Order: sequence, then C-alpha cells, then structure tokens
Amino acid sequence: MSALRTVLQRELTGYFATPVAWVFIVIFLVMTAVFTFYLGGFYTRGIADLEPFFRFHPWLYLFLVPAISMRLWAEERRSGTIELLLTLPLTVTQAVLGKYLAAWLFLGLCLLLTFPIWLTVNYLGDPDNGAILAAYLGSWLMAGGMLAIGSCLSALTRNQVVAFILSVVVCFLFLLSGLPMVLDLFSAWAPQLLIDAIAGLSFLAHFADISRGVLDLRDLVYFLLVIGFWLAANVVVLNMKKGEA
Amino acid sequence: MIEAISLSKHYGAFTAVDDLSFQVDAGQVLGFLGPNGAGKSTTMKMLTGFLSPSAGSARILGHDMQRDALAARRRIGYLPEGAPSYGEMTVQGFLAFVAQARELRGSAARQACAAAIERLQLGSVLQQPIETLSKGFKRRVGLAQAILHDPAVLILDEPTDGLDPNQKHEVRRLIQAMAADKIIVISTHILEEVEAVCNRAMIIARGRLLADDTPQGLIARSRYHNAVTLRLEGAEAAASQLSELPQVARAEISDGLLTVFPAAEGLFEAVSDAIGKHGWAVQELKLEAGRFDEVFRRITAGEEAA
Repeated sequence: MSALRTVLQRELTGYFATPVAWVFIVIFLVMTAVFTFYLGGFYTRGIADLEPFFRFHPWLYLFLVPAISMRLWAEERRSGTIELLLTLPLTVTQAVLGKYLAAWLFLGLCLLLTFPIWLTVNYLGDPDNGAILAAYLGSWLMAGGMLAIGSCLSALTRNQVVAFILSVVVCFLFLLSGLPMVLDLFSAWAPQLLIDAIAGLSFLAHFADISRGVLDLRDLVYFLLVIGFWLAANVVVLNMKKGEA
Repeated sequence: MIEAISLSKHYGAFTAVDDLSFQVDAGQVLGFLGPNGAGKSTTMKMLTGFLSPSAGSARILGHDMQRDALAARRRIGYLPEGAPSYGEMTVQGFLAFVAQARELRGSAARQACAAAIERLQLGSVLQQPIETLSKGFKRRVGLAQAILHDPAVLILDEPTDGLDPNQKHEVRRLIQAMAADKIIVISTHILEEVEAVCNRAMIIARGRLLADDTPQGLIARSRYHNAVTLRLEGAEAAASQLSELPQVARAEISDGLLTVFPAAEGLFEAVSDAIGKHGWAVQELKLEAGRFDEVFRRITAGEEAA
C-alpha cells in the first residue's frame, strides 16, 4: 500500500514539475467552456442545468485523456526509468495502480476546476445539484475508463505518438460501440447476443444516463469493470515485456 | 551470495546470454568485461529481475529472483545502463522518492539521503532538476540512489561512464570502500578499472563466459607477462645479440622499443648482464607484468570473428 502511495506521489508531483499539468488544465478549461457555451447553447436553452456542459465530455476526453495517458509507460520505457522503477521493491501492480491513480486524480482536479460553471448555473437558476454531482462522478468515471485503456496501450510502446493514436482509436471504438456506425459492421453476421454485448460496451450509452443525473448502479459497475479490465491487461503487458524485451 | 544458474536470454533467434553460470560471494568485486553487445547488461538486467531469463534462474542471497522478487530486490542496489532518472525531479526530490520506495522513513530516510549525497558530493546540485545536470552528475545521482539503502548487493552497469578522471577516481575509491562487506558486480569496458577495483574479472562475449579469474591472473596470461622492454640506440643489433641468450624466446622491435620474451626464469637479470657486458646506452628498461588489453583482445577476438 505504501509503495503504491510512493509511486502516486511521485507521479502527481511530476505533473506539476513540468508544464504538462498547467498546459493541460488551461486547455481543458478553455475547451469545456467553448463546448458548453458555443456548441451546447448554455444560455439560449434557458434551462438551469449542466447538460450542455456534460454532453461534450466524451468528445473532449477522446483527445485529452490519451494526451495524459500516452506518456504513462511509453515515457518510462524511452527514458529507461522503467528499469529503475521495476527494480525497486514494489510489484508491477503497485506501479500500475500508483501511476494510474495519480493520472486519474489529476483529471479529477481538472474537473473540479470547472466549478465556476456550477456556480454560474446556481446563480442563474435553481438546478438539481444532486444530479450535477452524479454527472460529475459519471464524467470522472468515464475519464477513468479511457485513462485505463490509454495506460495499457502506453505500456505496449516506447513511442508516445503511437500510444496516443492507439488510445484515441480504441477509446473511439468504445465510445461509439452503441451506434449503428459500429454495430452495422457486426449486424450482418454476428449473433444478436454478441451485438447486444458490443452495444452494451458503449461509453456513450452508459454516460448518457449519468449525464442526465441518473446514477444507475449498472453504469457505475460498468465503468469500474472497464477500468479493472484494462489495468489488469496493463499489468499483463508489463510482465510480458519482461519476458521478451 | 549471488548465484546465476544456467542463465540464458534469447530474443527470437538471437542469443544474448547463453547458459551463464557463476557465483559471487561477499567481499568480491566482480568486473564484467566484454565487447559491446556481449550480454553484460542483459545479464545484469536478469540478476536484478528487470528481465526474466528465457532459461535458468538468478538467486540473490538465497532469494529466487522469479519467485521471491521483492525480498531479493530489497537487498540490491542497482545502477541501470545509462543511469536513468526522472529528469524533471530535483536531485533531492529524486533521492527522497527512492528512499521512500526503499521503505526508509523519517530520520532513517534523511540520514540515508544525507550519507549518499555526501559520498557522491551532490551537495551543490540538490535543488537542480536532474535533466539540467552534466553527464557526470547524472551518473553520480544514479550511483547515489543505488547505494542509498546500504544494500548487501550492488549491481552497477558502467558506473564510471561519462565521468572525468577525477570523478572516476572518486567512484573507484567509493567502490573499494564499500567492497569489504558487500557483493559488488560492475560492468565496464575500461580495463584499467577492473585492475583498479575488482578482485575478480569475468570476460564475456556473445553471451558466453570466456574467462573467470583475478585481474592479476588474467594479466599473467599475456604473452608480455615477465617480458622485458628496453629503449636504446642500435636496437636491431641488440635484438640479435639478446636472441642468443638461453633465457630469451624471441625479440621484437616496435616503435623503437625492443621487447624480449622469456623462455626461462631470470630473463631480467640476463638482460641486465647483457647491457653491462655490451655497454649499451639504455634509456628505458622495464619488466612487463602483462598487458590486459592484449589478453582481452586475444580472448574475445576469436569470438567476434566467429
């Protein structure tokens, strides 16, 4: 446990020791504002809720989360520090969780820094703050899911650009797996059960309920399972790399 | 004790380390020598558990590196190839992180950091990000994190690479000072370093062990061992006259230096007598211990050609 915290602390301070954290926070906040006010029509809708704010989070995360996750392991491998890290008395699982949680907490911090929009909507009207809290939680969980995907894929390569592109593609598939665009690929030949299963993997479908403020246990479990699966895969990838390279 | 038991590492069809077995005991400073790509670093990566061997196993103080990795790693200090460290961290922050990861807390951690900083003279750069430091300082930061927890086993991949002669000297003194109660394995391609700090040397090429001896033992394998080298006017004439002596196997001249190789004991005395007898004006006279680079080339040459 303490080894995990050691890794987590180092990672988190690492973000703020470089311009990465500051650049990311600024871009994240600017982008959320652009999406909410220009594309979401926050004012013109005349409804006091944050639906226009949360609606674009999946698309924002699609590019911003891989930008954080791409360096998680690829950078360690390129600089050789992975050799230092993995010969310290800690397990691969502790290292994976420590690095992942640091990145996830950082994304959580970025989300928290959007609080002015919450203040604004409360100033303008009387929104359902419970629903807003649920939506924030759901948004953070979805970011966590994409982050776990990105972390695993980052362990496959020493090249951050490759890690970024792979992550965007896989996250995109997960986002859209409920839409006809992806399902049509399968509907011609796959059994209905498989098609339902693929549709059930969709980030968008699970996020849609949450963003309206409906926190269903199934959605919660879904995101936690996604995170667990990809982090376990991350550990497997790192152990396999020990054997081959 | 470190035990390598039939360690092998294959990358596809390429064999990086081929059935390597050896033991290192406390008090030994083992130097891994070999041409680039000989498998030195790969062997060290397997000893520290960063790579798993394709076959065989490594044991550190009785802990199997595959089954009991954490216990083994606690006892090891490791300087990986190229001395990697987190560039954005300050020296102080980095050492504090390693101390914490090494399960040192509070005053124990502070003392360990202070001792390592002192030993590697890092006091002047503590607050600087590591990426802004010179190559020599980076190497010393890597060494500092390796010795931080006073490990029983030190595995150092090219500890003096990139250091200036003074820093090399300091690091060698540091290794010698720690040698008495530790097991130390270093890899290097600087032959004089092996002579200076190691009491055992292993020559590896193409992943195979070619020689395992003391540095003195290896030097004694040189054809120059106990040869006598002279600098004098009229070397050719002297060479033919010295060749007559029963103690002389043969005489060679290169770069104005005359070297006579021994056929029997007492070569130096015989040569001295000859100098006195013929009244040669000798500017330089030396008894050779042997030449490490010549031994190294001879042992590894056949391998590289193969």
